[in-house]
Amino acid sequence: MAKYFLIESQSPFDYPEVNNNYNLASDLADAGNDVTLFLIENGVLGSRSAVASQGLTNLEKVKLLVDKFSLDERGIDTTELGTKIEVSTVASIVDAMSEGQKMMWL
Amino acid sequence: MSKIVLSFLLMDGPFEQARTTTAFRMIDAALDKGYDVKVFTYEGGVSLAFAHQKPHANSVHGRTFDEENHPLTKDWIAALFNKAKSKGCELEWVNCGLCVDERGVNDAIEGCRRGAPKDFWEWSKEANGTLVIGTK
Repeated sequence: MAKYFLIESQSPFDYPEVNNNYNLASDLADAGNDVTLFLIENGVLGSRSAVASQGLTNLEKVKLLVDKFSLDERGIDTTELGTKIEVSTVASIVDAMSEGQKMMWL
Repeated sequence: MSKIVLSFLLMDGPFEQARTTTAFRMIDAALDKGYDVKVFTYEGGVSLAFAHQKPHANSVHGRTFDEENHPLTKDWIAALFNKAKSKGCELEWVNCGLCVDERGVNDAIEGCRRGAPKDFWEWSKEANGTLVIGTK
């Protein structure tokens, strides 16, 4: 199966389609693909455990990464993150590209 | 072993979206890893490298020209070219010619050239990875 690397830059609190994007990640994973969802810019706002949307916490088969730079810009400490969410950098995006993963800026 | 080549397509104009800054961060990270990078700009993105961008003071916040230290995308692109050179990497920057003409921004900084979407299509066939960052 394919490897997908999805990048979400929008906040789930501003754009309803973000939950559809979470569903896309989930559906791709359920179909047997290896899926990573990378949260960046305002996309990181949904990663806080206190406000994490159910759509995000339900992504059991999807690897969740969050951009440290975007967290710092917004004053979000890594201790505030929901479980299963790993702190990362844009280098992860570049690594995925170099491996030939299917890249999608959502 | 052949070199890793990554291609990007940018569509947002300067001074508008965080996506532009993120794109520059990704290109910078790719060069840090020693990868060659090819960038195709389309629609508003062709103004990113416009040579006549000018910084300004900020009278609203009471900051002088020097205090404001206004960032310009053309300077960031020039810095990326310098980084590529220092790392021994190739950075190719192509602006869509029709989009350039529409906007009157043909005078791009040194290192950039005009091209067409076909360039990006050709790159995407050969590159190890491709990322399209569209407008929203």
